[in-house]
Amino acid sequence: MVVCTLTDEEVDRLFRALADRTRRDIVRGTMLDDASVSALARSYDMSFAAVQKHVAVLERAELVVKRRSGREQLVRCNVDTVRRAQQLLDQLESIWRDRLDRFEQLLAEDRTTTTPLETENPTP
Amino acid sequence: MTVTDVRKDPTALTMEIVSEFSAPIDRVWQLLADPRQLERWWGPPTHPATFTDFDLTPNGAVAYFMTGPDGEQYHGWWRVRAVEAPNLLEVQDGFADDEGEPNPDLPVNVMRIDLASEGSTTRMTIRSTFPTLDAMEQTLSMGAEEGMLAALGQIDAILAE
Repeated sequence: MVVCTLTDEEVDRLFRALADRTRRDIVRGTMLDDASVSALARSYDMSFAAVQKHVAVLERAELVVKRRSGREQLVRCNVDTVRRAQQLLDQLESIWRDRLDRFEQLLAEDRTTTTPLETENPTP
Repeated sequence: MTVTDVRKDPTALTMEIVSEFSAPIDRVWQLLADPRQLERWWGPPTHPATFTDFDLTPNGAVAYFMTGPDGEQYHGWWRVRAVEAPNLLEVQDGFADDEGEPNPDLPVNVMRIDLASEGSTTRMTIRSTFPTLDAMEQTLSMGAEEGMLAALGQIDAILAE
């Protein structure tokens, strides 16, 4: 198990990165294709500097990577980061589905007149 | 299965799971707000949970531990961020040391549960958010240790037969 010690500063940084709708949109929009900072500025009707700022926030959170191509700066979603997040969310979903199954079972016990006590083979 | 919708946003490190129960909202709230009832579903059968402190008021503290098959204990804590019976519960959920003291070096996630009455059914929306990818990874790897994923393994085994 990798032990990470997150400082308050790091936590704040990620929250800030993801709190903004435009930034989340940039991550999704650059999953399949690079986008230049100037193209992003046009599509969001924002100044180059404003988009540049958003991209810098995402870069620090490792959600996008930036590279230079001629005079353009190209932004691309860091697919590895997103994929890792997706796998972890799948695990989280399993945990919650199991919990909700038990939750439902407790409510179902209300509906039966005799409450079975944790039987090995509950009657169907 | 009572789950009606699952939304996972890897860019926001958020999972939202919506489920519906044919029970009145007050009854569903009890399963969240009564520690003895919460204990019956929070941990998997192999690692039942025991809640020792349970102050479900704004900024209140909740302490619990889960007991594994060999008697080992895993401690956790909640800090209540918002509570509005029977509609809303939002807590920070983290790990604690063996004495039950919150461990500031381990990640914290936020769990928000919304309940809404819809005729004779109750809709529950659970939203779980992590501050960072590392925090989510670490929480789930420790969760696996606590047997959170044990049931999943059992299902896989049945499907493989």
